[in-house]
Amino acid sequence: MKELVARHAIGKSVSGIALVAHDGFSARYDLDRIGGTFSRPTHKLAGQSYVGKILVLDTAKGGVASAWMLREMASRGIIPLALVFNSVNPILAQGAAFGGLTMLAGFDGEITAQVPNGATVEIDPEKSLLRIL
Amino acid sequence: MKLNEIERAMLAGELGEVPKMALAHQVQVGEFFHAEDFVPVTQAHIMADTESLGEEGVRWLESLTKADGGKARVRVPTITDPRGTDFAKASVLKQPVRFLELERRTIDAFTRLGVLMTDTCINYQTIQAPTRGESVAFGDTGVVIYSNSVCGARSNYEGGPSALSAGLTGRTPRYGFHLDTQRRATIRMRTDWTPTTLNEWGALGGLIGRLAGNYWAVPVIEGLEGSPGSDAMKHFGAAMASFGSIALFHLVGITPEAARIEDCGGDKLPVAHRIGKKDVEALEASYAAESDIDVVVFSAPQLSIYELRALSALCDGRKFVRPLLAVTSPQIKPDADRFGYTQKIEAAGGHVLSGMCFYQSYAREIAEANGWKRLATNSTKLVNILGGYGYVPMLASMERCVEAAEKGHLS
Repeated sequence: MKELVARHAIGKSVSGIALVAHDGFSARYDLDRIGGTFSRPTHKLAGQSYVGKILVLDTAKGGVASAWMLREMASRGIIPLALVFNSVNPILAQGAAFGGLTMLAGFDGEITAQVPNGATVEIDPEKSLLRIL
Repeated sequence: MKLNEIERAMLAGELGEVPKMALAHQVQVGEFFHAEDFVPVTQAHIMADTESLGEEGVRWLESLTKADGGKARVRVPTITDPRGTDFAKASVLKQPVRFLELERRTIDAFTRLGVLMTDTCINYQTIQAPTRGESVAFGDTGVVIYSNSVCGARSNYEGGPSALSAGLTGRTPRYGFHLDTQRRATIRMRTDWTPTTLNEWGALGGLIGRLAGNYWAVPVIEGLEGSPGSDAMKHFGAAMASFGSIALFHLVGITPEAARIEDCGGDKLPVAHRIGKKDVEALEASYAAESDIDVVVFSAPQLSIYELRALSALCDGRKFVRPLLAVTSPQIKPDADRFGYTQKIEAAGGHVLSGMCFYQSYAREIAEANGWKRLATNSTKLVNILGGYGYVPMLASMERCVEAAEKGHLS
Protein backbone atom coordinates (compact mmCIF):
# COMPACT_ATOMS: atom_id res chain seq x y z
CA MET A 1 0.00 0.00 0.00
CA LYS A 2 1.20 3.50 -0.86
CA GLU A 3 -0.05 6.71 0.78
CA LEU A 4 -0.02 10.15 -0.83
CA VAL A 5 -0.77 13.35 1.11
CA ALA A 6 -2.85 16.17 -0.40
CA ARG A 7 -2.74 19.82 0.58
CA HIS A 8 -6.46 20.34 -0.03
CA ALA A 9 -9.29 17.96 0.84
CA ILE A 10 -13.07 17.96 1.04
CA GLY A 11 -15.86 15.40 1.33
CA LYS A 12 -16.27 11.95 2.84
CA SER A 13 -14.12 8.80 2.61
CA VAL A 14 -14.59 6.65 -0.48
CA SER A 15 -12.80 3.82 -2.28
CA GLY A 16 -12.99 2.74 -5.89
CA ILE A 17 -11.26 2.28 -9.23
CA ALA A 18 -9.00 5.06 -10.51
CA LEU A 19 -9.39 6.43 -14.04
CA VAL A 20 -6.16 8.31 -14.71
CA ALA A 21 -4.98 10.74 -17.42
CA HIS A 22 -2.68 13.74 -17.63
CA ASP A 23 -5.41 16.02 -18.90
CA GLY A 24 -7.81 18.66 -17.59
CA PHE A 25 -11.37 18.53 -16.32
CA SER A 26 -14.42 20.65 -16.93
CA ALA A 27 -17.94 19.32 -16.51
CA ARG A 28 -19.19 21.55 -19.32
CA TYR A 29 -16.30 21.30 -21.76
CA ASP A 30 -15.33 17.67 -21.44
CA LEU A 31 -18.35 15.58 -20.49
CA ASP A 32 -21.48 14.12 -21.97
CA ARG A 33 -23.29 14.52 -18.67
CA ILE A 34 -26.34 12.57 -19.84
CA GLY A 35 -24.41 9.57 -21.12
CA GLY A 36 -21.74 9.72 -18.42
CA THR A 37 -18.71 9.72 -20.72
CA PHE A 38 -15.89 12.07 -21.67
CA SER A 39 -17.14 13.66 -24.89
CA ARG A 40 -14.47 16.14 -25.94
CA PRO A 41 -12.80 14.37 -28.89
CA THR A 42 -9.32 15.58 -27.92
CA HIS A 43 -9.57 14.56 -24.27
CA LYS A 44 -7.31 11.66 -23.33
CA LEU A 45 -10.29 9.85 -21.80
CA ALA A 46 -12.62 10.52 -24.76
CA GLY A 47 -15.36 7.90 -24.94
CA GLN A 48 -14.67 6.44 -21.50
CA SER A 49 -17.26 6.35 -18.72
CA TYR A 50 -16.54 8.42 -15.64
CA VAL A 51 -19.51 7.16 -13.63
CA GLY A 52 -18.50 5.79 -10.23
CA LYS A 53 -14.79 6.22 -10.96
CA ILE A 54 -12.17 8.08 -8.97
CA LEU A 55 -10.87 10.49 -11.59
CA VAL A 56 -7.17 11.31 -11.26
CA LEU A 57 -6.37 14.23 -13.54
CA ASP A 58 -3.99 17.13 -13.88
CA THR A 59 -6.04 20.24 -13.30
CA ALA A 60 -9.41 21.96 -13.52
CA LYS A 61 -10.08 23.74 -16.78
CA GLY A 62 -12.49 26.25 -18.15
CA GLY A 63 -15.69 27.63 -16.86
CA VAL A 64 -17.70 28.17 -13.76
CA ALA A 65 -20.57 25.86 -14.71
CA SER A 66 -19.06 22.87 -12.91
CA ALA A 67 -20.04 24.48 -9.60
CA TRP A 68 -23.70 23.80 -10.42
CA MET A 69 -23.20 20.75 -12.58
CA LEU A 70 -21.63 18.43 -10.00
CA ARG A 71 -24.73 18.63 -7.82
CA GLU A 72 -27.01 18.16 -10.81
CA MET A 73 -24.97 15.13 -11.92
CA ALA A 74 -25.11 13.76 -8.37
CA SER A 75 -28.90 14.09 -8.32
CA ARG A 76 -29.05 11.70 -11.30
CA GLY A 77 -26.28 9.40 -10.09
CA ILE A 78 -24.20 10.10 -13.23
CA ILE A 79 -21.14 11.37 -11.39
CA PRO A 80 -17.58 10.33 -10.57
CA LEU A 81 -17.04 8.85 -7.12
CA ALA A 82 -14.29 11.38 -6.41
CA LEU A 83 -11.93 13.83 -8.08
CA VAL A 84 -8.15 13.98 -7.56
CA PHE A 85 -6.01 16.73 -9.11
CA ASN A 86 -2.50 18.09 -9.16
CA SER A 87 -4.08 21.51 -8.85
CA VAL A 88 -7.65 22.66 -8.63
CA ASN A 89 -9.46 25.92 -9.28
CA PRO A 90 -12.05 27.38 -6.92
CA ILE A 91 -14.93 26.25 -9.12
CA LEU A 92 -14.41 22.58 -8.49
CA ALA A 93 -13.88 23.19 -4.78
CA GLN A 94 -17.12 25.17 -4.70
CA GLY A 95 -18.85 22.51 -6.78
CA ALA A 96 -17.60 19.72 -4.53
CA ALA A 97 -18.82 21.61 -1.47
CA PHE A 98 -22.22 22.29 -3.07
CA GLY A 99 -22.58 18.80 -4.53
CA GLY A 100 -21.18 16.79 -1.62
CA LEU A 101 -18.40 15.29 -3.74
CA THR A 102 -15.08 14.03 -2.41
CA MET A 103 -11.99 15.76 -3.77
CA LEU A 104 -8.25 15.96 -3.12
CA ALA A 105 -5.74 18.35 -4.71
CA GLY A 106 -2.11 19.38 -4.39
CA PHE A 107 0.49 16.62 -4.03
CA ASP A 108 4.26 16.37 -3.98
CA GLY A 109 5.06 15.14 -7.47
CA GLU A 110 2.86 14.42 -10.44
CA ILE A 111 -0.25 12.61 -9.18
CA THR A 112 -1.25 11.22 -12.57
CA ALA A 113 2.12 9.44 -12.77
CA GLN A 114 1.86 8.04 -9.25
CA VAL A 115 -1.56 6.41 -9.45
CA PRO A 116 -1.79 3.55 -11.98
CA ASN A 117 -4.84 3.59 -14.22
CA GLY A 118 -7.30 0.97 -12.98
CA ALA A 119 -5.81 0.79 -9.48
CA THR A 120 -8.07 0.47 -6.47
CA VAL A 121 -7.65 3.58 -4.34
CA GLU A 122 -9.05 4.84 -1.07
CA ILE A 123 -9.54 8.52 -0.30
CA ASP A 124 -9.63 9.80 3.26
CA PRO A 125 -10.30 13.57 3.20
CA GLU A 126 -10.24 13.78 7.00
CA LYS A 127 -6.51 12.92 6.87
CA SER A 128 -5.97 14.40 3.37
CA LEU A 129 -4.78 10.97 2.23
CA LEU A 130 -4.99 8.94 -0.97
CA ARG A 131 -4.10 5.27 -0.52
CA ILE A 132 -3.24 3.00 -3.44
CA LEU A 133 -4.36 -0.46 -2.34
CA MET B 1 -11.29 30.60 9.56
CA LYS B 2 -11.41 33.64 11.82
CA LEU B 3 -14.98 34.96 11.93
CA ASN B 4 -16.03 38.40 13.16
CA GLU B 5 -19.11 39.11 15.20
CA ILE B 6 -21.57 39.35 12.32
CA GLU B 7 -20.14 36.22 10.67
CA ARG B 8 -20.51 34.26 13.90
CA ALA B 9 -24.09 35.48 14.14
CA MET B 10 -24.75 34.43 10.55
CA LEU B 11 -23.29 30.99 11.11
CA ALA B 12 -25.38 30.58 14.27
CA GLY B 13 -28.51 31.30 12.25
CA GLU B 14 -29.29 34.56 14.05
CA LEU B 15 -29.79 36.34 10.71
CA GLY B 16 -31.84 33.54 9.18
CA GLU B 17 -31.41 30.11 7.66
CA VAL B 18 -30.45 31.37 4.19
CA PRO B 19 -27.45 33.50 5.31
CA LYS B 20 -26.46 30.63 7.60
CA MET B 21 -26.45 28.16 4.71
CA ALA B 22 -24.56 30.62 2.51
CA LEU B 23 -21.85 31.34 5.06
CA ALA B 24 -21.46 27.64 5.92
CA HIS B 25 -20.84 26.93 2.22
CA GLN B 26 -18.28 29.74 2.08
CA VAL B 27 -16.50 28.47 5.20
CA GLN B 28 -16.21 25.02 3.61
CA VAL B 29 -14.63 26.51 0.48
CA GLY B 30 -12.45 28.90 2.49
CA GLU B 31 -11.10 26.10 4.65
CA PHE B 32 -10.33 24.01 1.55
CA PHE B 33 -8.05 26.85 0.38
CA HIS B 34 -6.79 27.66 3.90
CA ALA B 35 -8.34 31.16 3.87
CA GLU B 36 -7.71 33.02 7.13
CA ASP B 37 -10.84 35.14 7.08
CA PHE B 38 -13.47 36.83 4.90
CA VAL B 39 -13.19 39.95 2.77
CA PRO B 40 -16.24 42.22 2.20
CA VAL B 41 -17.38 42.45 -1.42
CA THR B 42 -19.16 45.31 -3.16
CA GLN B 43 -20.86 43.31 -5.93
CA ALA B 44 -21.61 39.73 -6.91
CA HIS B 45 -22.24 38.28 -10.38
CA ILE B 46 -23.92 34.90 -10.75
CA MET B 47 -23.52 32.38 -13.58
CA ALA B 48 -26.68 30.30 -13.44
CA ASP B 49 -27.94 29.09 -16.80
CA THR B 50 -30.45 26.29 -16.39
CA GLU B 51 -28.44 23.83 -18.44
CA SER B 52 -25.97 23.97 -15.55
CA LEU B 53 -28.55 24.07 -12.74
CA GLY B 54 -30.86 21.38 -14.02
CA GLU B 55 -34.04 20.61 -12.12
CA GLU B 56 -31.97 20.00 -8.98
CA GLY B 57 -30.40 23.45 -8.99
CA VAL B 58 -33.67 25.22 -9.75
CA ARG B 59 -35.40 23.41 -6.88
CA TRP B 60 -32.58 24.45 -4.57
CA LEU B 61 -32.97 28.09 -5.60
CA GLU B 62 -36.72 27.88 -5.05
CA SER B 63 -36.14 26.43 -1.59
CA LEU B 64 -34.17 29.57 -0.67
CA THR B 65 -37.10 31.78 -1.63
CA LYS B 66 -39.37 29.82 0.72
CA ALA B 67 -37.00 29.79 3.70
CA ASP B 68 -36.93 32.59 6.30
CA GLY B 69 -40.56 33.41 5.60
CA GLY B 70 -39.72 34.37 2.04
CA LYS B 71 -37.68 37.34 3.29
CA ALA B 72 -34.15 36.28 2.32
CA ARG B 73 -32.48 38.93 0.16
CA VAL B 74 -29.00 39.62 -1.16
CA ARG B 75 -27.03 42.17 0.89
CA VAL B 76 -24.93 43.69 -1.91
CA PRO B 77 -25.80 44.41 -5.56
CA THR B 78 -25.97 41.00 -7.20
CA ILE B 79 -26.35 40.59 -10.94
CA THR B 80 -26.61 37.72 -13.42
CA ASP B 81 -24.62 36.22 -16.26
CA PRO B 82 -26.47 35.37 -19.52
CA ARG B 83 -29.59 33.26 -19.29
CA GLY B 84 -30.19 30.12 -21.30
CA THR B 85 -32.54 31.73 -23.78
CA ASP B 86 -33.83 34.92 -25.33
CA PHE B 87 -37.55 34.26 -24.94
CA ALA B 88 -38.29 36.38 -28.02
CA LYS B 89 -36.06 34.12 -30.15
CA ALA B 90 -36.56 30.72 -28.52
CA SER B 91 -38.56 29.50 -31.52
CA VAL B 92 -35.71 30.46 -33.87
CA LEU B 93 -33.37 28.29 -31.80
CA LYS B 94 -36.01 25.54 -31.48
CA GLN B 95 -35.38 25.25 -27.76
CA PRO B 96 -37.58 22.69 -26.00
CA VAL B 97 -40.45 24.17 -23.95
CA ARG B 98 -39.41 22.31 -20.81
CA PHE B 99 -36.11 24.22 -20.78
CA LEU B 100 -37.91 27.54 -21.08
CA GLU B 101 -40.04 26.67 -18.09
CA LEU B 102 -36.88 26.02 -16.05
CA GLU B 103 -35.63 29.44 -17.13
CA ARG B 104 -38.84 31.14 -15.98
CA ARG B 105 -38.69 29.42 -12.58
CA THR B 106 -35.05 30.41 -12.16
CA ILE B 107 -35.69 34.05 -13.02
CA ASP B 108 -38.60 34.12 -10.59
CA ALA B 109 -36.47 32.65 -7.78
CA PHE B 110 -33.57 35.04 -8.33
CA THR B 111 -35.92 38.02 -8.50
CA ARG B 112 -37.49 37.02 -5.17
CA LEU B 113 -34.00 36.96 -3.64
CA GLY B 114 -33.38 40.53 -4.82
CA VAL B 115 -30.99 39.58 -7.62
CA LEU B 116 -30.88 42.01 -10.58
CA MET B 117 -31.45 40.09 -13.82
CA THR B 118 -28.83 41.86 -15.92
CA ASP B 119 -28.14 38.68 -17.95
CA THR B 120 -24.74 39.76 -19.19
CA CYS B 121 -21.18 38.45 -19.32
CA ILE B 122 -19.86 41.91 -20.23
CA ASN B 123 -20.99 43.77 -17.12
CA TYR B 124 -17.62 45.57 -17.15
CA GLN B 125 -18.75 47.16 -20.45
CA THR B 126 -22.42 47.60 -19.61
CA ILE B 127 -23.26 47.73 -15.88
CA GLN B 128 -20.38 48.92 -13.70
CA ALA B 129 -16.70 48.10 -14.07
CA PRO B 130 -14.98 47.44 -10.75
CA THR B 131 -12.04 49.65 -9.79
CA ARG B 132 -8.48 48.85 -8.80
CA GLY B 133 -8.31 47.01 -5.50
CA GLU B 134 -12.09 46.55 -5.27
CA SER B 135 -12.99 43.12 -3.93
CA VAL B 136 -15.89 41.51 -5.78
CA ALA B 137 -17.38 38.03 -6.19
CA PHE B 138 -17.79 37.49 -9.91
CA GLY B 139 -18.83 34.43 -11.83
CA ASP B 140 -18.09 33.88 -15.55
CA THR B 141 -14.41 33.34 -16.16
CA GLY B 142 -14.29 36.09 -18.79
CA VAL B 143 -15.70 38.61 -16.33
CA VAL B 144 -13.22 37.59 -13.64
CA ILE B 145 -10.12 37.71 -15.82
CA TYR B 146 -11.08 41.11 -17.29
CA SER B 147 -11.92 42.57 -13.89
CA ASN B 148 -8.71 41.30 -12.30
CA SER B 149 -6.37 42.09 -15.17
CA VAL B 150 -7.74 45.17 -16.93
CA CYS B 151 -9.52 46.83 -14.00
CA GLY B 152 -7.16 45.72 -11.22
CA ALA B 153 -10.10 44.47 -9.15
CA ARG B 154 -9.94 41.35 -6.97
CA SER B 155 -12.01 38.25 -7.54
CA ASN B 156 -11.67 34.52 -7.68
CA TYR B 157 -13.82 32.46 -10.01
CA GLU B 158 -17.06 32.31 -8.09
CA GLY B 159 -19.34 29.57 -9.34
CA GLY B 160 -23.09 30.18 -9.10
CA PRO B 161 -23.69 28.81 -5.60
CA SER B 162 -20.68 30.70 -4.22
CA ALA B 163 -21.47 33.98 -6.00
CA LEU B 164 -25.03 33.82 -4.70
CA SER B 165 -23.66 33.05 -1.24
CA ALA B 166 -21.42 36.13 -1.51
CA GLY B 167 -24.45 38.21 -2.47
CA LEU B 168 -26.39 36.85 0.50
CA THR B 169 -23.58 37.38 3.03
CA GLY B 170 -21.78 40.40 1.49
CA ARG B 171 -18.41 38.70 1.74
CA THR B 172 -16.20 35.95 0.34
CA PRO B 173 -13.30 33.89 1.70
CA ARG B 174 -9.99 35.74 1.43
CA TYR B 175 -7.79 33.46 -0.68
CA GLY B 176 -6.42 33.38 -4.21
CA PHE B 177 -6.61 36.66 -6.12
CA HIS B 178 -7.78 38.63 -3.07
CA LEU B 179 -4.21 38.25 -1.77
CA ASP B 180 -1.28 40.45 -2.94
CA THR B 181 1.03 37.44 -3.07
CA GLN B 182 -1.19 35.56 -5.53
CA ARG B 183 -1.22 38.47 -7.98
CA ARG B 184 2.50 38.37 -8.78
CA ALA B 185 3.52 36.99 -12.18
CA THR B 186 4.43 33.31 -12.20
CA ILE B 187 5.27 32.78 -15.88
CA ARG B 188 6.83 35.21 -18.37
CA MET B 189 6.07 35.16 -22.10
CA ARG B 190 7.17 37.34 -24.96
CA THR B 191 5.55 38.07 -28.30
CA ASP B 192 6.98 39.88 -31.31
CA TRP B 193 3.57 40.31 -32.90
CA THR B 194 0.48 42.33 -31.99
CA PRO B 195 -2.91 41.03 -33.15
CA THR B 196 -5.28 43.28 -35.05
CA THR B 197 -8.57 41.36 -35.23
CA LEU B 198 -10.68 40.04 -32.37
CA ASN B 199 -10.21 36.42 -33.43
CA GLU B 200 -6.44 36.96 -33.41
CA TRP B 201 -6.60 38.49 -29.93
CA GLY B 202 -8.66 35.53 -28.80
CA ALA B 203 -6.27 33.04 -30.37
CA LEU B 204 -3.28 34.69 -28.71
CA GLY B 205 -5.10 34.61 -25.38
CA GLY B 206 -5.98 30.95 -25.91
CA LEU B 207 -2.36 30.05 -26.63
CA ILE B 208 -1.16 31.85 -23.51
CA GLY B 209 -3.82 30.14 -21.44
CA ARG B 210 -2.84 26.73 -22.80
CA LEU B 211 0.84 27.36 -22.04
CA ALA B 212 0.24 28.85 -18.58
CA GLY B 213 -1.82 25.83 -17.72
CA ASN B 214 -3.76 26.31 -14.50
CA TYR B 215 -5.77 28.68 -12.33
CA TRP B 216 -2.90 29.69 -10.08
CA ALA B 217 -0.62 30.73 -12.96
CA VAL B 218 -0.31 34.47 -13.62
CA PRO B 219 1.22 35.12 -17.04
CA VAL B 220 3.04 38.37 -17.75
CA ILE B 221 3.38 39.18 -21.44
CA GLU B 222 5.89 41.54 -23.03
CA GLY B 223 6.15 42.83 -26.58
CA LEU B 224 2.63 44.00 -27.44
CA GLU B 225 2.50 47.32 -29.24
CA GLY B 226 -0.04 50.01 -28.39
CA SER B 227 -3.04 49.55 -26.12
CA PRO B 228 -5.67 47.03 -27.10
CA GLY B 229 -9.23 48.31 -26.78
CA SER B 230 -11.84 46.86 -24.46
CA ASP B 231 -13.23 44.39 -27.03
CA ALA B 232 -9.75 43.06 -27.84
CA MET B 233 -9.03 42.60 -24.12
CA LYS B 234 -12.41 40.92 -23.75
CA HIS B 235 -11.65 38.25 -26.37
CA PHE B 236 -8.04 37.90 -25.22
CA GLY B 237 -8.98 37.34 -21.60
CA ALA B 238 -12.03 35.17 -22.25
CA ALA B 239 -10.00 32.78 -24.42
CA MET B 240 -7.12 32.68 -21.95
CA ALA B 241 -9.53 31.83 -19.16
CA SER B 242 -11.23 29.22 -21.30
CA PHE B 243 -8.08 27.44 -22.45
CA GLY B 244 -6.13 27.66 -19.22
CA SER B 245 -8.54 28.48 -16.40
CA ILE B 246 -6.49 31.65 -15.95
CA ALA B 247 -7.94 34.43 -13.77
CA LEU B 248 -5.27 37.15 -13.98
CA PHE B 249 -2.68 38.28 -16.54
CA HIS B 250 -0.38 41.26 -16.78
CA LEU B 251 0.57 43.09 -19.99
CA VAL B 252 3.72 45.13 -19.45
CA GLY B 253 3.06 48.84 -19.87
CA ILE B 254 -0.66 48.25 -20.40
CA THR B 255 -2.48 46.69 -17.45
CA PRO B 256 -2.58 48.54 -14.12
CA GLU B 257 -0.41 46.23 -12.00
CA ALA B 258 2.40 46.01 -14.58
CA ALA B 259 3.30 49.53 -15.63
CA ARG B 260 6.87 48.16 -15.45
CA ILE B 261 7.65 44.45 -15.53
CA GLU B 262 9.25 44.65 -12.09
CA ASP B 263 5.93 45.87 -10.63
CA CYS B 264 4.49 42.37 -10.93
CA GLY B 265 7.77 40.51 -10.32
CA GLY B 266 8.12 39.44 -13.95
CA ASP B 267 11.71 40.71 -14.18
CA LYS B 268 12.82 37.88 -11.90
CA LEU B 269 11.37 35.21 -14.20
CA PRO B 270 13.05 33.71 -17.26
CA VAL B 271 11.19 34.02 -20.56
CA ALA B 272 9.41 30.67 -20.67
CA HIS B 273 7.73 31.01 -24.08
CA ARG B 274 8.06 33.16 -27.20
CA ILE B 275 4.87 33.43 -29.20
CA GLY B 276 4.62 34.69 -32.76
CA LYS B 277 2.10 35.08 -35.53
CA LYS B 278 2.82 31.54 -36.77
CA ASP B 279 1.72 30.09 -33.44
CA VAL B 280 -1.57 31.97 -33.59
CA GLU B 281 -2.13 30.91 -37.19
CA ALA B 282 -1.43 27.30 -36.21
CA LEU B 283 -4.07 27.45 -33.49
CA GLU B 284 -6.60 28.91 -35.92
CA ALA B 285 -5.68 26.29 -38.54
CA SER B 286 -6.27 23.52 -36.00
CA TYR B 287 -9.98 24.44 -36.12
CA ALA B 288 -10.19 24.64 -39.93
CA ALA B 289 -11.59 21.12 -40.24
CA GLU B 290 -14.05 21.77 -43.07
CA SER B 291 -15.08 24.64 -45.30
CA ASP B 292 -18.88 24.13 -45.53
CA ILE B 293 -20.75 25.55 -42.56
CA ASP B 294 -24.22 25.12 -41.06
CA VAL B 295 -24.40 28.19 -38.84
CA VAL B 296 -22.45 31.34 -37.96
CA VAL B 297 -22.39 32.49 -34.34
CA PHE B 298 -21.07 35.65 -32.74
CA SER B 299 -21.20 35.09 -28.99
CA ALA B 300 -19.02 34.27 -25.98
CA PRO B 301 -18.53 36.96 -24.92
CA GLN B 302 -21.69 38.92 -25.76
CA LEU B 303 -21.09 41.60 -28.38
CA SER B 304 -20.49 45.21 -27.46
CA ILE B 305 -22.22 48.03 -29.30
CA TYR B 306 -19.02 48.57 -31.33
CA GLU B 307 -18.90 44.92 -32.39
CA LEU B 308 -22.56 45.12 -33.45
CA ARG B 309 -21.78 48.33 -35.35
CA ALA B 310 -19.00 46.56 -37.26
CA LEU B 311 -21.11 43.46 -37.82
CA SER B 312 -24.11 45.41 -39.12
CA ALA B 313 -21.90 47.22 -41.62
CA LEU B 314 -20.64 43.87 -42.91
CA CYS B 315 -24.19 42.46 -43.14
CA ASP B 316 -25.63 45.47 -44.93
CA GLY B 317 -27.00 44.48 -48.35
CA ARG B 318 -26.17 40.75 -48.09
CA LYS B 319 -28.53 37.77 -48.20
CA PHE B 320 -27.56 34.85 -45.99
CA VAL B 321 -27.99 31.22 -47.00
CA ARG B 322 -27.02 30.01 -43.52
CA PRO B 323 -28.30 31.26 -40.13
CA LEU B 324 -26.21 33.98 -38.51
CA LEU B 325 -26.73 34.57 -34.79
CA ALA B 326 -25.34 37.64 -33.01
CA VAL B 327 -25.72 37.60 -29.23
CA THR B 328 -25.57 40.69 -27.05
CA SER B 329 -26.65 41.92 -23.64
CA PRO B 330 -30.07 43.36 -22.70
CA GLN B 331 -28.35 46.68 -22.01
CA ILE B 332 -26.91 46.93 -25.53
CA LYS B 333 -29.77 45.47 -27.57
CA PRO B 334 -32.00 48.59 -27.29
CA ASP B 335 -29.13 50.75 -28.57
CA ALA B 336 -28.51 48.32 -31.43
CA ASP B 337 -32.21 48.66 -32.29
CA ARG B 338 -32.11 52.46 -32.05
CA PHE B 339 -29.00 52.74 -34.20
CA GLY B 340 -30.40 50.46 -36.90
CA TYR B 341 -27.80 47.72 -36.37
CA THR B 342 -30.38 45.04 -35.56
CA GLN B 343 -32.39 45.92 -38.65
CA LYS B 344 -29.37 45.61 -40.96
CA ILE B 345 -28.32 42.25 -39.52
CA GLU B 346 -31.84 40.84 -39.60
CA ALA B 347 -32.58 42.20 -43.08
CA ALA B 348 -29.71 40.04 -44.31
CA GLY B 349 -31.30 37.00 -42.65
CA GLY B 350 -29.42 37.07 -39.35
CA HIS B 351 -30.77 37.26 -35.82
CA VAL B 352 -29.74 39.51 -32.94
CA LEU B 353 -30.37 37.74 -29.64
CA SER B 354 -30.26 39.33 -26.23
CA GLY B 355 -29.49 38.26 -22.66
CA MET B 356 -28.25 34.76 -23.47
CA CYS B 357 -25.06 33.10 -24.61
CA PHE B 358 -24.90 30.47 -27.32
CA TYR B 359 -23.07 27.77 -25.39
CA GLN B 360 -25.20 28.31 -22.28
CA SER B 361 -28.41 27.80 -24.21
CA TYR B 362 -28.67 24.03 -24.57
CA ALA B 363 -26.13 23.98 -27.37
CA ARG B 364 -26.39 20.22 -27.88
CA GLU B 365 -30.18 20.20 -28.13
CA ILE B 366 -30.38 23.17 -30.51
CA ALA B 367 -27.72 21.58 -32.69
CA GLU B 368 -29.85 18.44 -33.02
CA ALA B 369 -33.08 20.40 -33.55
CA ASN B 370 -31.60 22.63 -36.27
CA GLY B 371 -29.15 20.24 -37.90
CA TRP B 372 -26.20 22.41 -36.89
CA LYS B 373 -22.78 20.81 -36.65
CA ARG B 374 -20.25 22.90 -38.60
CA LEU B 375 -20.14 26.27 -36.89
CA ALA B 376 -18.10 29.36 -37.81
CA THR B 377 -17.30 32.03 -35.24
CA ASN B 378 -14.72 34.69 -34.43
CA SER B 379 -14.73 33.64 -30.76
CA THR B 380 -11.76 31.53 -29.67
CA LYS B 381 -13.57 30.82 -26.42
CA LEU B 382 -16.54 29.42 -28.30
CA VAL B 383 -14.50 27.06 -30.51
CA ASN B 384 -12.80 25.74 -27.37
CA ILE B 385 -16.11 24.96 -25.71
CA LEU B 386 -18.23 23.61 -28.53
CA GLY B 387 -16.14 20.56 -29.39
CA GLY B 388 -17.51 18.95 -26.24
CA TYR B 389 -21.06 19.61 -27.47
CA GLY B 390 -20.55 17.69 -30.72
CA TYR B 391 -19.95 20.67 -33.01
CA VAL B 392 -17.15 21.08 -35.54
CA PRO B 393 -16.26 24.68 -34.66
CA MET B 394 -14.20 26.85 -37.01
CA LEU B 395 -12.39 30.05 -36.09
CA ALA B 396 -12.24 32.97 -38.53
CA SER B 397 -12.46 36.74 -38.64
CA MET B 398 -15.80 38.52 -38.40
CA GLU B 399 -15.51 39.37 -42.10
CA ARG B 400 -14.94 35.74 -43.17
CA CYS B 401 -17.74 34.51 -40.92
CA VAL B 402 -20.22 36.95 -42.49
CA GLU B 403 -19.08 35.87 -45.94
CA ALA B 404 -19.59 32.27 -44.89
CA ALA B 405 -23.19 33.00 -43.90
CA GLU B 406 -23.72 34.40 -47.39
CA LYS B 407 -21.93 31.64 -49.35
CA GLY B 408 -22.42 28.62 -47.10
CA HIS B 409 -18.73 28.00 -46.74
CA LEU B 410 -15.60 29.59 -45.31
CA SER B 411 -13.37 30.93 -48.04
